[in-house]
Amino acid sequence: MSKRLSSGGRLIDRAKPVGFTFNNQHFEGFQGDTLAAALLANGQTLLGRSFKYHRPRGLVASGAEEPNALVGLGDGARFEPNQRATTTEVFDGLKAASQNHWPSLHFDVGALNAKLSPFFPAGFYYKTFIHPRAAWKHLFEPFIRRSAGLGKAPKLGDADEYEYFYAYTDVLVVGGGIAGIAAAMEAARSGARVILIDQNAHWGGRVLTDTMQIDGQDAADWALAQVETLAKMPNVTLRNRTMGAGVYDHGYALAYERVADHKPGDGRPRHRLWRIRAGRIVTATGAIERPLAFAGNDVPGVMLASAVRDYVGLWGVSPGERTVLVTNNDDGYRTAIALHAAGLEVPVVLDARDSVVGALSVQARALGIRVETGKGFAKVLGGKFVTGVDICAQAGEGELLETIPCDCVAMSGGWSPAVHLWSHCGGKLNWDEGAAMFRPDAARPPLGDDGTGFVIAAGAANGWLQSGECLEDAVEAGKKSAIEAGFKAKKAGKMAVFAPVEQPLQPVWMMPAKAKPALRAKAFLDFQNDVKVSDVRLAAQEGYESVEHAKRYTTLGMATDQGKLSNINGLAVLAESLNVAIPQVGTTTFRPPYTPISMGSIAGDARGDLFKPTRRTAMDGWHEAHGAHWEPVADWRRPYAFVRKGETVKQAVTREVLNTRSSVGMLDASTLGKILVKGPDAGKFLDLIYTNVMSSLAVGKCRYGLMCNENGFLFDDGVVARLGVDEFLCHTTSGGSDRVHGWMEEWLQTEWWDLQVYVANVTEQFAQIAVVGPKARLVLEKLGGMDVSREALPFMGFVAGALAGIPARVYRISFSGELSYEIAVPASRGLEFWEKVAEAGTELGITPYGTEALHVMRAEKGFIMIGDETDGTVIPQDLNLGWAVSKKKSDFIGKRAHERPFFSDSGRKQLVGLLTDNPTIVLPDGAHAVEGPKLSNGMENMIGHVTSSYFSPTLGHSIAMALIKGGSQRMGQTLSFPVSRSEIIRAKVVDPVFLDKEGARQNV
Amino acid sequence: MSDAIHIELVAQGMVTLRGDLASASLAKAVKAAVGCTVPGQRQVLVAGENVALWMSPDELLLLVRHDKADDVVAHLGKSMAGEHHLAVNVSDARAMFRLQGQGAREVLAKGAPVDLAPGQFEPWVVRRTRIGLVAAAFWMTEADTFEIVCFRSVAGYMEDWLHHAARKDSLPGVFS
Amino acid sequence: MLKLRCPNCGVEGEETEFAAGGEAHLQRFGAGSGDEEFRDYLFQRKNPRGVHFERWRHAFGCGKWFHAARCTATLEVFGTYSAQVSAPPSELVVAIKAKRPDWKGWP
Repeated sequence: MSKRLSSGGRLIDRAKPVGFTFNNQHFEGFQGDTLAAALLANGQTLLGRSFKYHRPRGLVASGAEEPNALVGLGDGARFEPNQRATTTEVFDGLKAASQNHWPSLHFDVGALNAKLSPFFPAGFYYKTFIHPRAAWKHLFEPFIRRSAGLGKAPKLGDADEYEYFYAYTDVLVVGGGIAGIAAAMEAARSGARVILIDQNAHWGGRVLTDTMQIDGQDAADWALAQVETLAKMPNVTLRNRTMGAGVYDHGYALAYERVADHKPGDGRPRHRLWRIRAGRIVTATGAIERPLAFAGNDVPGVMLASAVRDYVGLWGVSPGERTVLVTNNDDGYRTAIALHAAGLEVPVVLDARDSVVGALSVQARALGIRVETGKGFAKVLGGKFVTGVDICAQAGEGELLETIPCDCVAMSGGWSPAVHLWSHCGGKLNWDEGAAMFRPDAARPPLGDDGTGFVIAAGAANGWLQSGECLEDAVEAGKKSAIEAGFKAKKAGKMAVFAPVEQPLQPVWMMPAKAKPALRAKAFLDFQNDVKVSDVRLAAQEGYESVEHAKRYTTLGMATDQGKLSNINGLAVLAESLNVAIPQVGTTTFRPPYTPISMGSIAGDARGDLFKPTRRTAMDGWHEAHGAHWEPVADWRRPYAFVRKGETVKQAVTREVLNTRSSVGMLDASTLGKILVKGPDAGKFLDLIYTNVMSSLAVGKCRYGLMCNENGFLFDDGVVARLGVDEFLCHTTSGGSDRVHGWMEEWLQTEWWDLQVYVANVTEQFAQIAVVGPKARLVLEKLGGMDVSREALPFMGFVAGALAGIPARVYRISFSGELSYEIAVPASRGLEFWEKVAEAGTELGITPYGTEALHVMRAEKGFIMIGDETDGTVIPQDLNLGWAVSKKKSDFIGKRAHERPFFSDSGRKQLVGLLTDNPTIVLPDGAHAVEGPKLSNGMENMIGHVTSSYFSPTLGHSIAMALIKGGSQRMGQTLSFPVSRSEIIRAKVVDPVFLDKEGARQNV
Repeated sequence: MSDAIHIELVAQGMVTLRGDLASASLAKAVKAAVGCTVPGQRQVLVAGENVALWMSPDELLLLVRHDKADDVVAHLGKSMAGEHHLAVNVSDARAMFRLQGQGAREVLAKGAPVDLAPGQFEPWVVRRTRIGLVAAAFWMTEADTFEIVCFRSVAGYMEDWLHHAARKDSLPGVFS
Repeated sequence: MLKLRCPNCGVEGEETEFAAGGEAHLQRFGAGSGDEEFRDYLFQRKNPRGVHFERWRHAFGCGKWFHAARCTATLEVFGTYSAQVSAPPSELVVAIKAKRPDWKGWP
């Protein structure tokens, strides 16, 4: 039974009790506790259920590598599932709940899976749920989803705030243990800018538990003193609760700061994602202890040896009264010694090695602790908690030698350097046979922009597990990082480290070495995903020889802990099964983040109003106040229609069309792109950009133009106005202004840099208002200030002056077929001008109209819309716009492509109009026309599709435009558009200009 | 918002001038129009109430009084007649914000991928980059004061973003 | 997340400030060119594993285009240079050759 010890606990403040709940039960802990420590202190050893078999699971570790103790934290808008109890700081009012069990933690129906586990071997799902196919969707998958899975997804929007922070530094040191501290100090003394981060709330790493001497001082005191010195240096930034999440190209790193997890709702952002660009990155991330694979190693109460002594030393909590230690190395003895010092019983230490002579083992024996060599576990006894262990010889098959009752097992299988950050961006590893671990290969580091390595592994993360060599390596790493970042390292004094000399470990991948299948099937490798030694062997036997395949087949290392405890053991078992050496099997790829980070931190501030910038015109507020029903147009928001009280959106559109056609309407056209093109070669340049001739345009006149890309496909259109001899204003589509501006700059900068042309994007300088309809001229005359008569301002002309006292440029152009003026005024006066137009037009019946009325009116006239009639495969000729493609010009962008023979194929899809047989039925956008017998593959023979489709209030008839194969030859034909299994809409092919083909309406 | 930080939308006249920045007539025209010499790479020069910013190897942004921008364009056109250039009033195409107060560096460092540490980013150097999700240019006029220019249509986003980034208790406290 | 130095404004920025523009130094074939020339201009790209010359635009910065010589395998950036040239500067080619003796050289 675990409990709080009466003394000890370096990190807790016994004067500050805190209350929290676990599964709605109230508990008390101390400030400084992790949730894991506080639960253990309260005798809670059963914390969750495993993923597949729902086996009872307790704590294994004391830090970020914990695979089992996942809990749901908080509630309501602050609920978050799958949080590790070992890295959660306890605070007053914390609410935690276990997960992946039903109906309760102690009685889990899903545990039936465990009884069936012989029937759920590796790849079971793949093998079983293939046939019959329909059963997967309706039977197997729903069942698996209900009974498996981790925590529940939050139901409410997140109440917290998150943000980014861009930081730049010469040296980033990840890990605040003695190696990280020493490296940071070394780098900082050179004058380099240094950021030192640690994932924990405290500094010092393992030396807080594993005491030793540095320079005659307790190492923990030494570490804290160094941190204090670093904190005072102006070139050093220190952050704890900040995890080095990932290392990316060119010295980029993400660090995940848990700012307010321990004080939720205190007004600060919950998490801050640091985006760090570093000259050099020192990874001093330490090492992770490996479990041992023996039967029953997943019973709650079986823990890593280092974790057991962490709970005793850091939090004053004993995981058990009687702890059996099993180890294959000297470091494990530290746990036996620590437990003994805390007055706890250690009935026996089982060392798998035959000969044990290291200083720590000598010390343990001297304390009277029984040490058995060449021994291990046949199995651990117990279900929801450990009751004892069966001892056997490590070399054998597991014959029972002795049963020892105990309530806790500490296991140590040696240590693996935490090489994740080294590996994220391509750092390579070497297998160290003697130490049985992968360690960074300094000759093959991740490479930066200058081709040199930018990550330097330090200390235990570099494979130097003994404290003396660890510190020495860290100092070197700190020095190297500073020098490579361009600084001169100061001469460092040598640190005197006193720590026991350790005897090498003996790799143990299966305990006992010749364990029979029954034992192997209870020896877990991946605790969270329930992968056992037998599963990996089965995978190998079935041909999954690549580690990447075996990983996916067995799900080894694929849980939220990403195999921090299981990777090496799994590799070793696979290697053994394949009868090859471990490095030949290789290792799986390490990918960021090191431990899971919140979705909120990834999103940062991009949520709510800041999710995406919305571009707004100068009249946006007016539209909002006048019933605008909004529509996104590229990044803009534009009124789709202005809806009046009691009106549907559809009715509003109809009203707007009819009013504009019969009287006058006004449109906010500010979003149209406006690119100023100026210079002696401006005309020549535009002749290359547009398919038609622009250089011949007279000053004061407008011309509609088309732009193609080099493939010949149409991508933008608009009206060009010639402002002066060497100055043009090119209008683009609303979504195309930045693209067209960039396009022009690209050609001027990268191909025709000899041309004397400057361009400027002046889209937003102007508010542009279209006044449209038979009474449009009356409105402008009422505003006064400019002669806008037919003679002074003919169709496709423009004049500059002032209207209603506001400087304006008035273009007589039309996208509706009506008498139409587009008036550009400075954006800062846009709203004022808009209101003046509305006021002047009131007695004439002016109404604002939105984009849908605009679309209906342009379709009635057969005008194309980029993005509707074009889709990146359409050339102007397909749209009957061949008249706007010059045959005289020697070159323009797209001309060579148009010369390709298939572009003049008469079977190409061509633009036509459609009138449905039933005038009230509107064809769906994109509906396909089919013809003739079905194809050999059973598909319909499709001959084209609808590109635009509306009900025309003007004509009282549904109208559509379509791209149909050989369309111009099909006038009068009736085509079939199947829109569902049972419904076919029939429509007649007609000229796409439905209204006023002669242009009489605008010719006034 | 943090009490120590002020965010203000500033009415500012702006003129884009494109041309050969090395030419004598351009230098003369700039001097006559705004009163200062042609700024060097990324430099910001001040002459009374006018400012000249280096935007790219062939582009300056001239800040003048809002009601003077058209005059400045006309003036530049006259003095550079016959020399290839482009001068245009962009006052209404842009929005300008002033961000002031201790912590202003950290506010911007939440959204601009720029080293804003003291000593690394100092007054009178213009940086064109992005803030959050939109393009922007900014420079410092004195300690803790930034001027920020963005497109007019996203001024609402920029204002919201700045207020959000500057809210109370949200600064990381790295530069102070 | 690459970092690149824009030779036009001198800023060293991160990848998000830039827009990639594909292979550099393509020769344009316009109206009247042969089918094979036009095909190569439009579609044929080197796509090498190793030394590559690319076009980039400082899209969120000064707006200018430039060229970058980069290793597509290691992401090493050998240098950036003006967009207004039709071949990489010879000193850059020499420098790359020194670092990558196996590279067959420009073009």
